[in-house]
Amino acid sequence: MLKNVAEPEPESLDVTPTTPKAKSRTKVFALNAKDKYYALLFLGPSVLLLALFVFYPMIKTLYISLFLTSGLGKTTVFAGLGNYVRLLTSADYLNSLGVTLIYVFAVTILTIALGLLLAHLASETLPGIGIFRTLFSATMGVSVSVAAIFWLFIFNPSTGFLSLLSNWLHLPVINWLTQPNTAMVAVVITTVWMNLGFTFLILLGAIQSVPTSLYEAASVAGAKPGYQFFHITIPMISPTLFFVSIITLIGSFKSFGLIDLITKGGPTNATNMLVYRIYKDAFYSGNFAQASAESIILTVIIALFTLLQFKILERRVNY
Amino acid sequence: MSIVLENVSKRFDNDPETLTDISAEIQTGEFFVIVGPSGSGKSTLLRMIAGLGSISGGEIKINGRVVNDLAPKDRKLSMVFQSYALYPFLNVWNNVAFGLNARKIAKVDIKDRVAKALDMVGLTEFKDRKPRELSGGQRQRVALARAVADDSNICLMDEPLSNLDAQLRIKMRQEIYNLQRKLGLTLIYVTHDQVEAMTMADHIMVLNDRQVQQIGTPSEIYQEPANEFVAQFFGTPQINLLPAVKTAGSQTSLDITADFALNLNQTIPATEVKVGIRPNDLTIADSSELNANAVVDNIEYLGDETIVYATLNSGTAVRVLVDGQANFRSYQPVQIGASGKVMLFDSKGQRLHLTKEAMSYA
Repeated sequence: MLKNVAEPEPESLDVTPTTPKAKSRTKVFALNAKDKYYALLFLGPSVLLLALFVFYPMIKTLYISLFLTSGLGKTTVFAGLGNYVRLLTSADYLNSLGVTLIYVFAVTILTIALGLLLAHLASETLPGIGIFRTLFSATMGVSVSVAAIFWLFIFNPSTGFLSLLSNWLHLPVINWLTQPNTAMVAVVITTVWMNLGFTFLILLGAIQSVPTSLYEAASVAGAKPGYQFFHITIPMISPTLFFVSIITLIGSFKSFGLIDLITKGGPTNATNMLVYRIYKDAFYSGNFAQASAESIILTVIIALFTLLQFKILERRVNY
Repeated sequence: MSIVLENVSKRFDNDPETLTDISAEIQTGEFFVIVGPSGSGKSTLLRMIAGLGSISGGEIKINGRVVNDLAPKDRKLSMVFQSYALYPFLNVWNNVAFGLNARKIAKVDIKDRVAKALDMVGLTEFKDRKPRELSGGQRQRVALARAVADDSNICLMDEPLSNLDAQLRIKMRQEIYNLQRKLGLTLIYVTHDQVEAMTMADHIMVLNDRQVQQIGTPSEIYQEPANEFVAQFFGTPQINLLPAVKTAGSQTSLDITADFALNLNQTIPATEVKVGIRPNDLTIADSSELNANAVVDNIEYLGDETIVYATLNSGTAVRVLVDGQANFRSYQPVQIGASGKVMLFDSKGQRLHLTKEAMSYA
């Protein structure tokens, strides 16, 4: 860091705070009585709301997951880690875990790749580019239910667009939503389509904030556009890429609405993702203990992935 | 002839202002400075030479070849940007090597050239630093090293020193100058700073209102400015431009704002002119209130010289450069005259050339 500068020049533009972080933190907490009162006053409402709707349910879920429950959700017998053991040895649950992972990675990778491609194309300043920017980001304004109905129409085997297209091209008509593999593809396509608007917009913003002089310097120095994209654009927007990938990853782990409206977890559990499973176990089967344990496992999985991504972020996106 | 500009012009779509009929010849190994106030079109011109801006008319030739439609990478030149354009995610070494890597030059060559370039700007020990860990001057040097490592004989610089403080600017000015001389670079350097232009250039192109005002050596520009704008742009404090009319009944004498007369010892080509006198060519002397033609407003003591700001009786403000020892004070009545070196400009601001050195009398 700057401390190692052998020959500190007076014109140094970098102003690094000399006080360590911990010091400034104690400063924040060194409040007088009146400030403390105001601090609590302002924090109070949000702390109350979080406690009521986040912390309490979380703790309660953890608690329930260690018991067996009645059909009404009352805890009956202490089960320890029994619920967890049963889940992690059940082929059915492991299947859900597997399809969720496939779904999550497919969605994240495709969303980022397509979003990046569209953002890169739309970052060009051409006449009428605003129309494309609006179109590409339009899915941000579409609600899950509308999107699901829209795609159900497209996937419909007798009247859907894809079937009409297959007929016209003399290809066999695929019954998208009734076969395990194609159902997964259909759900992935739909989710990627839903995610694309937001991802596109965020990445477009990042690409546009890269100083043009970097590209100009590169083109004078002899770098071709492709080289510039991979050696300037990608590294420059890497913080944003990581942000978007975390958001997309967590979002797809939590996918529920589209699954419920398009496949209901079927066919034969091929798209029975973790969150949808929790919902069915809890509110269809009344097995609240198992659903709670599933929730905790999902939370741990998401936390691990997020942690991993932050580790990578720290190492790779450091400029 | 390294670079030739022939009637180069630039029109912007929604902008009535254009860069018109720019012509110049820049010799190989020359330090060529394009100077002008902001909005004069100097950066636009440089970007056209680099290939970053399109050319609406005329021709740009590099080493005899018309490059109008050539992509920047094919023009074989290097460029230093005002913002330095360093890649924040690359260390110093890789920043310098960026263009070489992009052009897939042999690794051994790259290593050699980068090492040499870093050594030349004295940054070898900083090669692993990221740009944010460098001071402004060091960042500037990385940008220079990048241009040096490129090995192209033509280098373009767009206000490279404007982000540095005054002292460092002087230091880097000398470093750039030495580098240019050592490598025999053909350097086209854009600046708004007349001091940078005067101190470094072999030839200066003065731009204003998107037109060439004058091209010449620093001394030509200063001694023989082509017009009022050039005369005012160069030299601190600024030249005095005093409205004058031919003295009634005389062909050789001028009345300067009714305050003092000037005998030019030759026929004056116009009745109404502006007389340009550099502050050090004006004379100033203490005077009784009765004989005085001016009053001192204030003075700026600079050490070995002093600038005296005074107002002539007619209301025209003048600047006079005097010795640092001279003792003037505000509200002092003074007698101002000219010592002989004067320039005449017509009503359109164009220089009227005199046949003989002017004789003057206060």
